[in-house]
Amino acid sequence: MTLYWEEEMETLPRVGLESIQLKRLQHLVARVYKTVAPYREKMDAAGVKPEDIQSLADLAKLPFTVKEDLRDNYPFGLFTVPMDQVVRVHASSGTTGKPTVVGYTKKDIRTWSGLMARALTCAGATSKDMVHNAYGYGLFTGGLGAHYGIERLGATVIPVSGGNTKRQITIMKDFKSTVLLATPSYALNLAETMEGLGVDPQSLSLRVGVFGAEPWSENMRDEVERKLNIKAVDIYGLSEVMGPGVAMQCLEGEKGLHVFEDHFLPEIIDPDTGEVLPPGEKGELVFTTLTKEAFPIIRYRTKDISRLMYDECACGRTLVRMEKVTGRTDDMLIIRGVNVFPSQIEHVLMGIEGVEPHYQIVVNREGNMDTMSVEVEVSENIFSDEIRKLEALSKRILADIKDMLGVTCKVKLVEHKTIQRSEGKAQRVIDNRKL
Amino acid sequence: MKVEQIAVFLENKSGRLAEITATLAAENINIRALSVADTADFGILRLIVDNVEKAKATLKSNGFTVGITNVVAVEVADKTGGLADVLKTIEEEKLNVEYMYAFVNKTGENAVLIFRFDDMDKAIESLQRTGYTILSGKEICAL
Repeated sequence: MTLYWEEEMETLPRVGLESIQLKRLQHLVARVYKTVAPYREKMDAAGVKPEDIQSLADLAKLPFTVKEDLRDNYPFGLFTVPMDQVVRVHASSGTTGKPTVVGYTKKDIRTWSGLMARALTCAGATSKDMVHNAYGYGLFTGGLGAHYGIERLGATVIPVSGGNTKRQITIMKDFKSTVLLATPSYALNLAETMEGLGVDPQSLSLRVGVFGAEPWSENMRDEVERKLNIKAVDIYGLSEVMGPGVAMQCLEGEKGLHVFEDHFLPEIIDPDTGEVLPPGEKGELVFTTLTKEAFPIIRYRTKDISRLMYDECACGRTLVRMEKVTGRTDDMLIIRGVNVFPSQIEHVLMGIEGVEPHYQIVVNREGNMDTMSVEVEVSENIFSDEIRKLEALSKRILADIKDMLGVTCKVKLVEHKTIQRSEGKAQRVIDNRKL
Repeated sequence: MKVEQIAVFLENKSGRLAEITATLAAENINIRALSVADTADFGILRLIVDNVEKAKATLKSNGFTVGITNVVAVEVADKTGGLADVLKTIEEEKLNVEYMYAFVNKTGENAVLIFRFDDMDKAIESLQRTGYTILSGKEICAL
């Protein structure tokens, strides 16, 4: 039987849901127009007033918000409430420029905790669970966002954060953790460390893993499930929209993540033209928050690539499902005119028996030519004392990548554990091109 | 009468071979024979040592990718044509050689040829039948 956190909202017929969404959207647009100058200026420039939002389709009249808008108004310029009502801020790492800062009122934290509890319930977690929260604590929304949701659910939270992997395994064993929250690449790091320590995952109490914060392939999911002997489900979120708990895969559905549409309005657009695409088509995911107070956002371009699926789900939730995000418009590599996502390479590698999910993609420009080299670690499973067999392996990888992506790359076999292990988000691509 | 051989994966990076030999030396493991097979990107180091299990464990704990394979050690007199004779027999017996290397024992009287065949059992049977001396791992270490 499906477990729900807020059954009424999760199983609302679409007509009822859409009327709630419209009411919330109208209220939001009016409030943002009145209180935040940068939004007002953009709407005025586009010639649209809050009264123009008469239906959900009218959302398309509103201008997009992009990451640069957050940077331009650094740190608190897009907040809609006075700072004395803001009880928490989070920020992105800012590796590619100024960090982006988001804020939450008391009510926002309550909403977020509730949605995170809803997400955990989708994964089958209850108040009886011991939840091992290996998302990083700090400015990153992952750790604390999940933490509050676990407490709200009434489960026990182990706030281990990232890193110190050996100690994490001891804790997992001794505290009998039943649910693991981590990035998928860190989950693999945990599995590998267990292997090194001679800890059998079967001897642990882990039942389910809730993984997110980076794109990962279906074959990677199989690998994590097999290595940790758990069911792996996908969680989606981003700090600009809220944090983890924007969408969540259920245990019953075969694929896709339920978007918590009563709080977040999703759209799929063509990333080049900005046009809204018809239901079911693949494109860039765009979110508008419907209930956030301190930092609402209108039509935020996530750069994540997905599509929306409106068919019925076995779990009974009526909330639309978004396809698992396996790529981002900004981690898409263009190699000699061909679009390549790191997750596609990962999918190919994980499809080859014995190949471990430790890889790196190195892109160079030689003359006017882009070259892509895929570095794959040689584990004991695929090692041979015969050159011929190792060369056959690298040729197989090369051929499979060429088949799937239509691009020729170099394959470099590297020594075990020479590719840096993830303590959070894995770095899959090293792009040496100066574009 | 197979001999266990250690194989180690090597990236083409300076100092890797030195690291391996230093690692083995620190554990008091003696290398009886070795060969390196290489391509543009990587190499495979193959070793005959006096303590296979210990060598494997030591190298593994130092982060190397290690495998153990069986090879055949054939002893021949260290004189002109010694290798040619064996190879002629191998051809006549239609045995397939994956790779081979050789070393001369301390007294200098005999040479030891290390072979990896695609069909090891057939090769051992053929070589024994045609009168060659096949050494065990223990015998190699005692040379």
